[in-house]
Amino acid sequence: MYLDDTFRVKVGLAEMLKGGVIMDVTNADQALIAEKAGAAAVMALERVPADIRKEGGVARMAPISKIREIMHTVSIPVMAKARIGHFMEARILEALGVDYVDESEVLTPADEEHHIDKRTFKVPFVCGARNLGEALRRIAEGAAMIRTKGEAGSGNIVEAVRHMRTIQKEMKQLTVLGKEELVAESKKLQAPLELVEDVAQHGKLPVPNFSAGGIATPADAALVMQLGAEAVFVGSGIFKSDDPEARARAIVKAATYFNDPQKLLEASEELGIGMHGIDVSKLQESELLQTRGW
Amino acid sequence: MKRVGVLALQGDFEAHSLALARAGAEPVLARTAADLANLDGLVIPGGESSTMLKLLELENLFEPLAGFGRLRPIFGTCAGAILLATDVTHPSQPSLGLMNMSVERNGYGRQIDSRVAHIEPAPEFEQRTHSGELEAVFIRAPIIRRVGPDAHVLASYQGDPVLVEQGRHLVATFHPELGSDSRVHDLFLSKL
Repeated sequence: MYLDDTFRVKVGLAEMLKGGVIMDVTNADQALIAEKAGAAAVMALERVPADIRKEGGVARMAPISKIREIMHTVSIPVMAKARIGHFMEARILEALGVDYVDESEVLTPADEEHHIDKRTFKVPFVCGARNLGEALRRIAEGAAMIRTKGEAGSGNIVEAVRHMRTIQKEMKQLTVLGKEELVAESKKLQAPLELVEDVAQHGKLPVPNFSAGGIATPADAALVMQLGAEAVFVGSGIFKSDDPEARARAIVKAATYFNDPQKLLEASEELGIGMHGIDVSKLQESELLQTRGW
Repeated sequence: MKRVGVLALQGDFEAHSLALARAGAEPVLARTAADLANLDGLVIPGGESSTMLKLLELENLFEPLAGFGRLRPIFGTCAGAILLATDVTHPSQPSLGLMNMSVERNGYGRQIDSRVAHIEPAPEFEQRTHSGELEAVFIRAPIIRRVGPDAHVLASYQGDPVLVEQGRHLVATFHPELGSDSRVHDLFLSKL
């Protein structure tokens, strides 16, 4: 592990976001609604995943003027997405001074072989993962926070659940293996032995493990928290619903009280119908966002 | 063994629980007014103060927490220090007002300005714990711009107080829970 001070400070901000909700926003008005509802951070992007899915085209880093406006409007951390492998989008976001960069499969990948070498940046990165090997490869590249990929813009929690359960199960399995078995496992996971050993020893990732991709209700947020997520990202779920303010507040409450069914009932009570959503199993392979990156 | 609550609405409450356990206390996660019963003290962790504030308001925890602080010690780090202050700026927001001080949110700037610093604590801090420099992890940290006349500044960084005791309460603008030096938690436990 790179336990130098720069990396500790990157992981430190992720620690501060635990138990919180990070909300996708496309402009300053939405950012303000998110902040007022109790978001722990906002994620600035050009279009929410549901619109990217619908409209198609190349999805890039958000316009700088929009991100800057959001940074000026709210006092909570502002994250922004860069395309997978697009280290120059990331450099520009770093120069702008965003608090976290999401090297995200939601945007159109810029490089089909290489992820960004995140160790060379001062700004921290979060990356998506579907399984432990993918999570550890991203951490080896310097990611200071991992989130499940789920299936962004689907309003369907099934993929985030699959990814969180997979990561948790694979971590548990490592804890009972012997030293030489970990060497073999490291090859299978395509991840550095040092990180595999760290997970085997602690039973958890060396960086915070959040969940994203399909969270649309307080119950969804509580579900992934129960499965081991330490905070949640909500993308299209809030601003693609007909009650963004109430829904944002309710999901904030659910992330805190994920263990308290009475509070979750209160949080769910005033909400109407959430975003329409997609049956992920009906999507073509080419329509999936989660298979971007490796 | 002292039972110390950790306000677990949002933030790095887990890191504080581990730090308290290492310092020899029994940490208890507190999310409701009922959870505040039978605690010897409370930690308000780092995190987003605006998020915590929202939940304090929504869940009617503001008064129970202020009431707790009138009787028992509270240790606030970063966002916790902001919530304990009498005045908050940049932007201004409500707070518990349990410590007479002004705090400016995100005083050093954004995450890019977060840092690990090594600071010389005040002699009083070293006398009450033990001597040696203090590692201070600042994450989008606030700056304490003013303290009251009865405040003890136990450590400063770049001329601003970063570890302050006033009466039964203690605040740090940095994160001792993210390091391995347990002296700040030890000091808090010695006050219970």
